[in-house]
Amino acid sequence: MQERSVLVIACGAIARELLRIRDMNGWQHVQFQCLPASLHNSPDRIPGAVLEKIRAERDKFSRVFVAYADCGTAGELDKALEGTGVERIPGAHCYEFFAGRDVFFELAEEEAGSFYLTDFLVQHFERLVIQGLGLDRNPELAPYYFKNYKRMVYLAQAGSDKLQSMAKSHADRLGLEYIYLYRGDDPLRALLTPVLENSEAVT
Amino acid sequence: MNDQYDDIVLAELSDEELIEQMYDDLYDGLADEVAEGTQILLNRGWDATRVLEEALVAGMTIVGVDFRDGILFVPEVLMAANAMKAGMALLRPILVETGAKPVGKMVIGTVKGDIHDIGKNLVGMMMEGAGFEVVDLGINVEADTFVAALEEHRPDILGMSALLTTTMPYMQVVIDTLKKQGVREQCTVLVGGAPLNEEFSRVIGADAYCRDAAVAVEVAKSFMADRA
Repeated sequence: MQERSVLVIACGAIARELLRIRDMNGWQHVQFQCLPASLHNSPDRIPGAVLEKIRAERDKFSRVFVAYADCGTAGELDKALEGTGVERIPGAHCYEFFAGRDVFFELAEEEAGSFYLTDFLVQHFERLVIQGLGLDRNPELAPYYFKNYKRMVYLAQAGSDKLQSMAKSHADRLGLEYIYLYRGDDPLRALLTPVLENSEAVT
Repeated sequence: MNDQYDDIVLAELSDEELIEQMYDDLYDGLADEVAEGTQILLNRGWDATRVLEEALVAGMTIVGVDFRDGILFVPEVLMAANAMKAGMALLRPILVETGAKPVGKMVIGTVKGDIHDIGKNLVGMMMEGAGFEVVDLGINVEADTFVAALEEHRPDILGMSALLTTTMPYMQVVIDTLKKQGVREQCTVLVGGAPLNEEFSRVIGADAYCRDAAVAVEVAKSFMADRA
């Protein structure tokens, strides 16, 4: 066992942000292992993949934490974690923990027809959204998916000029109003700090 | 599904071959071909109900089963549904004109705060294909709108859909409102949507959870049979 080390099993779509937060906080005791970001489009496969990773790795670490929210698993991830002693990030999905709970619910209340992007989704929009929804093969399906959406909200973590430009073009492509909202890493950092700050406290 | 598709002339096929080909065309989401096949069967003297049941609904049932089993995914099912819609566009006016009695009536909607309607639309289309009259209230539907629709349309079945964990609790609000208004027992309440499960359905007081559109049709038929 690695003394007082914590394993974080994470969604690959938030790996960059997790590494940034770890470095910012100086969490040398925290290690990450990521599952494929493509599971974002197959949430039914998330609980099994997480559980498999926990079983394979838990003896090597003093503690394991799961960096997923419910993420479309409809409570199945929580069921999988029952009895393991492993916790996850609270909330429904990454949009909620990247925006911060209150901000996310304000956005949803303001406009139910909001399609959310993160840095990762902006970068991988073609693969995860366009190809994931089959729009590369059948572009005529776009109205079926998007006709009720009014706007695309880019919840930015880094939010570089390049990413903003890409996000705007994604919104234009789908004919949605573009909203840019810089949130940085602080909302996620605030959720992780109590559970990852001190490995001794959580062992 | 057929490499020699370009060589097939639908009008030259026997009824049996044409039905089989329409199954393939539905499966492949070929709207023009499904419409053509539908018209050919009508021209051959088939009544609209028979075309609906033996060609379109039977074909969509195959699609539904393969969707359930993870062989087909949402994009393919949408293409198939779109193809069925093309056939339905020809059949619906005839069904209305001939006064074909619906199997039952369903009011359906996506609950307040939620704008996702792909699953709801698939259910509506499959229910219509199975002979139900469907009144679609659309998206972001408030409890009072559901109640008003129940009073206006007197449906046998009320269907509610939600895709978000944040909006699914509103189904409970709708059911509680139905109870308060004393209309809950007037109809069977079916619920569906990705984050739901049977346990949730039971807790909020719905009659059944439907995992997908094909299941919704089967459950609705079963409830109608119990009512008869």
